[in-house]
Order: sequence, then structure tokens, then C-alpha cells
Amino acid sequence: MASTTPVDAPPPPSPPTQPLDAKSGSTGRAGDKIFLGLSRGSGILLLVIMASIAAFLAYRASVAISQDEGNFLTTFDWNPAGNPPVFGIAVLLFGTIVSSLIAMVIAVPVAVGIALFISHYAPRRLAAPIAYVVDLLAAVPSIIYGIWGALFLVPYLEGLNLWLDEFFGWTYLFEKTEIGVARSLFTVGILLAIMILPIVTSVSREVFLQVPKINEEAALALGATRWEVIRMAVLPFGRSGVISASMLGLGRALGETMAVATVLSPSFVISLHLLNPGGGTFAQNIAAKFDEANELGRDALIASGLVLFILTLLVNGAARLIIARRKEYSGANA
Amino acid sequence: MAKRIDISGLTAYYGSHKAIEDISMTVEPRSVTAFIGPSGCGKSTFLRTLNRMHEVTPGGRVEGKVLLDDENLYGAQVDPVAVRRTVGMVFQRPNPFPTMSIFDNVAAGLRLNGSFKKSQLPDIVEKSLRGANLWNEVKDRLHKPGSGLSGGQQQRLCIARAIAVEPQVLLMDEPCSALDPISTLAIEDLIGQLKERFTIVIVTHNMQQAARVSDRTAFFNLSAVGQPGRLIEIDETERIFANPSVQATEDYISGRFG
Amino acid sequence: MSRTAVQHQQNKPTDPTPPPTDSLSGRTLPRWAPLGFAAGAIALGCGLGAAAGWQSEIQWGLVSAIFFVVLSYVTTSLVENRRQAKDRLATSVVWVCFILAVVPLFSLIWVTVSRGIKVFDGYFLTHSMAGVPGFEAGGGVYHAIIGTLEQVGLATLVSVPIGLLTAVYLVEYGGGALAKAVTFFVDVMTGIPSIVAGLFILSIMLLFELSPSGLMGALALAILMLPVVVRSTEEMLKLVPNELREASLALGVPKWRTIVKVVIPTALGGITTGVMLAIARIAGETAPIMLLVFGSQLINANPFEGAQSSLPFYIWEQYRVGSEASYDRAWAAALVLIAFVMLLNLVARGIARWKAPKTGR
Repeated sequence: MASTTPVDAPPPPSPPTQPLDAKSGSTGRAGDKIFLGLSRGSGILLLVIMASIAAFLAYRASVAISQDEGNFLTTFDWNPAGNPPVFGIAVLLFGTIVSSLIAMVIAVPVAVGIALFISHYAPRRLAAPIAYVVDLLAAVPSIIYGIWGALFLVPYLEGLNLWLDEFFGWTYLFEKTEIGVARSLFTVGILLAIMILPIVTSVSREVFLQVPKINEEAALALGATRWEVIRMAVLPFGRSGVISASMLGLGRALGETMAVATVLSPSFVISLHLLNPGGGTFAQNIAAKFDEANELGRDALIASGLVLFILTLLVNGAARLIIARRKEYSGANA
Repeated sequence: MAKRIDISGLTAYYGSHKAIEDISMTVEPRSVTAFIGPSGCGKSTFLRTLNRMHEVTPGGRVEGKVLLDDENLYGAQVDPVAVRRTVGMVFQRPNPFPTMSIFDNVAAGLRLNGSFKKSQLPDIVEKSLRGANLWNEVKDRLHKPGSGLSGGQQQRLCIARAIAVEPQVLLMDEPCSALDPISTLAIEDLIGQLKERFTIVIVTHNMQQAARVSDRTAFFNLSAVGQPGRLIEIDETERIFANPSVQATEDYISGRFG
Repeated sequence: MSRTAVQHQQNKPTDPTPPPTDSLSGRTLPRWAPLGFAAGAIALGCGLGAAAGWQSEIQWGLVSAIFFVVLSYVTTSLVENRRQAKDRLATSVVWVCFILAVVPLFSLIWVTVSRGIKVFDGYFLTHSMAGVPGFEAGGGVYHAIIGTLEQVGLATLVSVPIGLLTAVYLVEYGGGALAKAVTFFVDVMTGIPSIVAGLFILSIMLLFELSPSGLMGALALAILMLPVVVRSTEEMLKLVPNELREASLALGVPKWRTIVKVVIPTALGGITTGVMLAIARIAGETAPIMLLVFGSQLINANPFEGAQSSLPFYIWEQYRVGSEASYDRAWAAALVLIAFVMLLNLVARGIARWKAPKTGR
């Protein structure tokens, strides 16, 4: 990243703030100053936007939380229009995390499989088109995933749900105690898994393709099968990349709005019976409650949005740090 | 231990490009055979056909026979994985597994096959490291990463890793080209010892090295760029360097091309 | 010279007697074995599914996949050995993963096209929903297309100059602490959920008592687009060979003119690709529009005042109505949107491929 940035060309490798040299005519000098000012200003503007997102959300959130008569963290209800106004994020936090975790559990292994398929298994001529098809999955707008999920996937999952209930009901998680269509956190998790598949796949694939050829050949020359080459040389090399890819996917899943809002039939309960309809996520709750929200209602939704913002910030920041560390490490070894 | 290799009519391709053509020769057991020749003459490709590593390259394909004692490596039922276990290889650049310790690097091949007792593992690792003249340098840090060693040590680690599985043949693809002269000397000494136990084939760019370490030398050449490489002659190293039977060999060795 | 042409990897099991175990060869399955396993597994899965009366093809497929993996493993470990069986197991699992990813994509595209084509015609594209009750047939998507084009256009106008300049700063002037911070936050910004961007603009609107309009939505979209533009432009500028910069600077051309006249034009193809991919991404965003533009049934060509619709929002709206007619409209609009997004993707990648050699890759 920063290390590969082209260095200012001519002799004085001066700090970036200084323009070329005294010689380069006065118009050039002024132009350079203006241009540098503009471009640095844009960079600063970007930081300002980030900071003001946090500041504005925090301000509105503090307005809302100060009027909340319930406990913002533990209340199982969302009724800012009531008297007294009571709302809390417990159900939303639970639903957001559980649905994202389901998505991760499904998507990460499959994505690693697809990444390996593209990097090590697919016939060479097929690898590029397949990678392209997987990237297309990422281009589909989330609302279309949403209506596909609600109008097509939900009826299709009905049978699978009954089946899971029958054979895995003893695990508690897959016990279906309520009648109703499959508008459950589990279905949401499956849909989110499909949606984050492309990002996890493409980042993992990049890492797997970077595995030094000489390490793979070393394993082959010892008499390793293809799977053993992957276990000895590819997976250890790619582990941190896969972790950060998964966290990027997690970040996406946490904040997904439309797909969840269309599929889930929301309710303010916390249940680990994943197949039961109900539950809620931050983003879905905002989409569902926004239309009829009064002023406090909007601020309350903004407060929940702030929590979501912090959550995704942490997850994405961690993912980026892992990637950056890895780059330094492999750079030092190259 | 140490089998003889008979190659007959071997031709190798990269896709539609013919890299080497119609090579036949015999590699004697318990000896060092060196391959020399100009760049692009196919000597590395040829070496890689001897343990079926050539076909790992996309489009890589081989015609002809390679008999290890009496078994054809390219026979219909032959498993390339078994071939590579029997014919070990050391590469141009040292390539220890970066995520494994020194110990695990040496044990890597053994663990694949699983045909040993757990308790034997340290003994085999020690024996292999001693065999590669590396034991004394690393015995106190067996569980440190192999990438922390110097280039020459890493290459000897790779040799230890290759001999730990007790192969019949050891192929070396310019094993010293990335090393300094002192490390090179250490490897050359090691080759002299290893030939007591293994059949060794070494590709080298360095003719002094071929003269120093090998018993027999094969000279490869190509008639023009883009043409397949061919075996020009193979003979006792002394004869190749003193009195080769083909003019092209003499020209190459004395530094005159063409 | 007798030459036996041996095509490796074509391990045909001709000899039924297994050779001694210490030799190089072993019993191997024929090359077509995986296909056989797949066919057998699918037959078993479907047969079992039909016999037990399972309700959906999802179970049939899952059971077939499990059969495929198990069948490959067991047969290989019986005929060959455990290591080969593990290898085959991994191969089967990887193939199953690939199919698992492709099935939803094709299903999604198939469903969208087959259901969307029902009411998709010239009338649908050229009429708004004015005077059409949601649960009845009729009406169209014209107002939503206008809204999407205007909002996306405005977002592009806002984010491209800022994104371009930021990327220039990072590549041409960067290296300091500020550049490091910007790089990090650009990455983090990529992960901001669209609904959070919407809430941010909403909180500004609440503070300054602004009313919903296309512009507000466009600003939220611009926030989502900005990091994508910065990232892709940065990558492209880095590909410009340093020699070009040095050649221009050595002629005494000031740095800013070098950037404007040499560096950016060289990378222009790649930058265009990045911008188009970013547009494709924001064109499908619904959440900010829902919060900031409110949606409308009528044509409103002025993005600076009054509620507007947009394609993704229209889909959401029609889905919520919940009637057969509105579902048809939702699918038809989805078809329009997906066609728009895919077209942008294809053209963008086309440009990338066409321009690629010139950037020296």
C-alpha cells in the first residue's frame, strides 16, 4: 500500500508538502500549491466526513437515550412513541449477531472452497470465467436478493426447516416450536451467506493465488497429493487472509438492510430456536420502523444506527489491520 | 536404495511447444550425474520429467519412457505421488515451508506417509539433518522457523527434508545458484557424501561445479532459440571436460559458442 | 527408435491384479469416476427425495451432495488408499462448494427474468404510478428510472472529483501520517452500511430542518461511492510507470501539470472502470433512499425539491403492497435494475480489458 507509493521523482526526496523546486517558474509554483491544497483538502474532507458521521449520530443518539425510560441496552421493546417512551436494542443486537454468525458459518467454508476451486482445482480455462461469475453475485443489488429471498427462497426452505426440525430438533437450535413460514433468523442467515460469499471468496482467492509457487512445488516433490499440498503450503500461508476476508464479510452481513427487511417477519423476542419466525436486526428495524416514527422515534433509530456503526467499524477496522500486518510480514519475507 | 534410471525416447512439451526432444540416456546408481548446457536447452525441464514434476506446469506433457530399475514412471497405473516420494527433489531457490519449524520441515514428508512410529520421528529428523551436515548448526533451535536460517542453511534444510523420506534418487535443480561461495562449497561436499546412498542428478550452470562433483556429465544444447533441446552427449566427466567426442561440447566448455 | 506415447494421468484400470504395495503403481479409479459418483449421487438423492416425499429440491440437492462426497471417499479408500481418498474427498467438497455458489446466482437471475418479463414492456418503461392503486395492475417505472438516474448522477458528480483528488493525494503526495490515516479510513469507510450513511444525512436534515429530496439521497449515495472511487483510482494511479512522471518532470513541467496532463490521462481507462463499478454498486442501494427521498408515485424531475422514487425503492414499495400485480411490477423493476447494473459491470470490465495493455499490466 503506502510502501509501494511512487516516490516523488526528481532529486530532492523532500517531504510531500513541498512543491518541486524554486526554479520551476512562478505559475507552476502557484499551480502546484493550489493543486496540492485541493487534493490534500479532499483527503481531509474524507476524514471530516468520517468524524462527523460519528459526531452527528452520537449527538442524535444522546438526545434519544436521555428520553428513554427503559434501559437502552437491555429492554426487549421498541416503543419510542409510547408514554413513557421505552426502547432498547437487546433484541436487535441479538438478532444482528446471530443472523450474521449463521451467515459466517455457512459462507466462510463454502467461500474458502470456491476460492480453492478457482485457484487450485478448476480447469485453467474455466478459472477466470468462474471468478467473474462469483463477482457478479456481488453486483446484484440487495433489494433483489431480498425479494428473491422472500418470494422464492422462503417457500423453498419450508421443507428443509421441517426436516431440520425432525432430525436435528434435539439440538434445541433447530427445534421449531412455532408454526409459521420460514421468515426466521435462520433463513436470513442463509440469504446473508449467499450475499457475502463473493467478498469472502474474492479476498481468499487473492491470498491463495499469492502462495509462492516454490512452496507448493516443495510439497509436491515430497510426494504430497493435491489436498496435502493445500494443507501444507496453501492454507497456512493464507490463514490470516481468510480471517480478514471473513471479517469483511461479517461487516457486510451486520449492516445489510433490505434483504433482512424483506425476509424476516419481525418480533421483539429473543429466541435461540433459529427456525422460529421472528427476531430483528438493527438495519431491518430501522427500515421497518422509520415510516411511522415520530421525532423521538427517529432519534431512537439513529441511536440504534450508532451501535451498528460502531459494530461495523470495529469489525472492518480489525479486518483491515490484519490485512495490513500480513502485507508487512510477507513483504519482509519476499 | 539408489536405483538406476533408464530414459528412452523422452520428449516433453509445454502445450504445443516442444521443450526437449527424443532424449535417451542411463543414469547410474550411487553416482552423480551432472546436466550442463546453455540456458533454455531444457536441462531443468528434463530433470523435472524424472519425477513427474513437469506435468504440474500447465500444459506440461511427456512422451517416452523413464525406467526406474525396471518400472516405467509413466506407466498407466503409476501414481505420480508415489513417484515423487521415490525420486526426491531440491530446487534452485531454497524453499522451506515458511510456517513450519525446522523440525516440522524435515518431518513434513514423513508425516505425509505415516509409515513410522511417532517415537522414531526425532531420530529420523536428527539423522536427516546430520546427513545434510546441518545438525550441529540447528540442534539448539529445532523448533524455530526454518525461514530464519541463512540461504545456505535453508538449502541444506531442504536437502534434509528431501532425504528424510529415504528416496531412491535425488534430483537437484541448480541447488547452489542462489548461494554464496562458502555455502556452495558446503553443499558440494554434501553431494560427495550423499552419493554413497543415493543416485544423484544435478543441473548446474557452473562448469567447474560439474567438474568437481560429478562422475558423469551430460551436455544439452539446442540448435536455435525456439527449437527443442537435445542431448548432445553423455560420458565420464573427465572425458567430457578433457576430450569430448562432439565438437559442440568442446566449444561450450571452452567458452566458444556455435 | 520405438516410442511409446504415454499420456500421463490417463490412468486406465486395465490390469485387475494389484501390483505389490512397495511399487510405484497402485490400483486407480478410472478418470470418469467422479462423474459416475455425481450421477449415482444425484440419482440416489432424487430417488430418496421422491420416495420420501420431501417437499423441495433443496433437500434433494443437499442429500445428493452428501451422497456424492461420501461415495467418492468410500469408493476411493476401498479401491485406492486413504491418502488418495482424502484427496478425493477434498476435491469433491470443493466442487460441491462451487456448485452451491452457482445455483443461487442462476436461480436468482432465472427467477428475476422469468417473473419480470410478465409486465415488462414499453408501457411499463414509460409510465409512472400516477393514479394506479398499488394492488391493481398497470402503471410503470418511469418515475423511478428518472429518480435513480438523477440521484446516481448527482452522487457521481459529488464523489468523483473528491475521490479522484484524494487518490491523487495518496499516490502522488502521500507518505505522511495524514495519508496513512486517510488510507485506513477509506478502507473502513468501504464497510459503512448504507443505512448508516442514510442515518447520517438524516441527522443533518433533522438539525437543519431540510426536507426530503433526491439530493439528500444522492449525498448518502456519494458517501457510499467515495471510498470505492478512491480505492480503484489509487490502484490505477499506482500502475502508471514512474518513468512517465520523471520524463515529464525532467522537462521542467510543474508537478501538478504532470499529474493532470500525464498521470491521469494514462490511468483514465482504469479510473473510468472503477467509477462505473462504483455507480453499479450505489444504483442498487435502497436504504438511504427510503430514509431521505421518501418515494413518490409521481414523476418529479427536480432532484433538489420534493420526494422522488428510485428503482430499488420502487421494488421495495411494490413488494410491500403485497398483491399479485405489485409483485409482478416489483420483478419487472428488478429486471430493469439488474439489467442496468449488469450492463454497467460488463461495460466497465470491457473498458478495463480494452485499456489494460496501455497501463502496462
